[in-house]
Amino acid sequence: MAQREVKKRTAPARDKQAEEEAPPQSAKGEKLKAELDELLDEIDEVLEDNAEEFVRNYVQKGGE
Amino acid sequence: MAIPKVCGIETEYGIQAVNLPESNPIAASSILVNAYVAQAQKKVGWDFEDESPGRDARGFAREGAMPPEIETNLANAVLTNGARFYVDHAHPELSTPECATARELVLWDKAGERILALAMAAASRVLGPDQEIVVYKNNSDGKGNSYGCHENYLMDRSVPFSRIVQQVTPHFVTRQIYTGAGKVGAETIGPQGARGPVTFQISQRADFFEEPVGLETTLKRPIVNTRDEPHADPRRYRRLHVIVGDANLAEVATFLKVGTTALVLSMVEDDFFAKSDLSIALPVRAIHQVSRDLSLEEPIEMADGGTMTAVDVQWEMLALARKYAQSRGMDCVGGADAGEELLERWEAVLEGLEGDREDLARSLDWVAKYRVIDAYRERHGLDWADRKLAALDLTYHDVRPARSLFSRLDMERLTTDDEVALAVTEPPGSTRAYFRGRCLQRWASSVAAANWDSLVFDLGSDPLRRIPMMDPLKGTAAHVATLFDECETPAELLARLGA
Repeated sequence: MAQREVKKRTAPARDKQAEEEAPPQSAKGEKLKAELDELLDEIDEVLEDNAEEFVRNYVQKGGE
Repeated sequence: MAIPKVCGIETEYGIQAVNLPESNPIAASSILVNAYVAQAQKKVGWDFEDESPGRDARGFAREGAMPPEIETNLANAVLTNGARFYVDHAHPELSTPECATARELVLWDKAGERILALAMAAASRVLGPDQEIVVYKNNSDGKGNSYGCHENYLMDRSVPFSRIVQQVTPHFVTRQIYTGAGKVGAETIGPQGARGPVTFQISQRADFFEEPVGLETTLKRPIVNTRDEPHADPRRYRRLHVIVGDANLAEVATFLKVGTTALVLSMVEDDFFAKSDLSIALPVRAIHQVSRDLSLEEPIEMADGGTMTAVDVQWEMLALARKYAQSRGMDCVGGADAGEELLERWEAVLEGLEGDREDLARSLDWVAKYRVIDAYRERHGLDWADRKLAALDLTYHDVRPARSLFSRLDMERLTTDDEVALAVTEPPGSTRAYFRGRCLQRWASSVAAANWDSLVFDLGSDPLRRIPMMDPLKGTAAHVATLFDECETPAELLARLGA
């Protein structure tokens, strides 16, 4: 059977080719990237010292 | 006409006892609840008379077929904001008070997180200096064990249950594209029959669903749960118990999860899907598939033989919801303004999912979590199986503000800190939770027991007096605020109520 026709309320789905040729990041994009970099710098503060042991010890009983 | 979608959320929190060698999760959960209650208020016991979790909405009861779900000896308290805070199985659980709108429920769900944070702080004061009890608002330990975040919606008893199952299932399969809390890896064999390679998936919970419909909540979990325990007048009301969702930290995600589901259920009630069948051929397969498809472009096989993506299904639901709003109004979800906000946010999130996902990184849990974990992975050149990424996943859900990754992400708020602080002790005014909460604020020492649909007073000499609250829409601030102002004692209140 044919693919169901779906009326979309937005522009057509992303064009892969257009994505590859996208213009350089906007100022907003640069700011977001800078914020993310800053966050990654901080992550070691919140990440448990021993990730392996932390994850291994996190065992829960089922609930509900 | 659809009835107002009174709603609530029950969250089981993951729990970790640090340096408590003799402890088990049940004991640790009890310490948390008791420590909170001891510093917050007098403890009021829970009344189990009307609990019947084994009753099935399809019309049959399974007496004796299931172990009792309620362990009455465990810590269990009703709070002045109308919530219930207790130990369920091996987890601390917080059930919000009944709310009238999605926005209200976001606030009392956040107040629930705050209560858990306060409970952790209170527990720290009774534990040793190097001991700590930590809770996580997530749904999986990454090792195949899941615990729930259940939603509840008030429905009209006259709606055939089979219609609910048929028409809400497509929503439950596809809404995860904005309600998912995100998860590194997978815990079950996926729809392709192989375990991997799943790097990251949209939903914490999707892995654990094995049946389209059923009564279970702890094994063979069903997409539509049939527990029929209305906690209200059973001739008029049904409480749809929804077990298929993830616990959300993002306020926008909680708002959309509750708001869209309340609206879709109102449409089911008014039989608005009668001419728009969005049934999915294999819902269990599809729920796993959607969770693992980060592109959001994979087609789902529909029951009519066609295909749609999860986003397509949601666009269809939204288009129908707009028609519904025009023809029937939005009183069922809090009125025209609340309804319009819901429709606008719903549309914006679908546009974001199809467009630049970066725009959703401050609104949706899974998008926010994926963005950070993937960037961390790239920066350090890690494999997806690296335990640091699983640790980061867990840290996202840590409820301690100072340790939580979520709290560092500057996510969009629908509440303020002041509102949340108030909601820790104040009930919503829009439902019977107001009556429950106000009675406990004023006369906790005279309340012998409480349940969702009743309060039992002990005034000393007389027999215990039970006040039924069988209608979730009665006992609101509009109904009884003046009554509370006029009564000095619980005896006066009971006399005025004729109880």
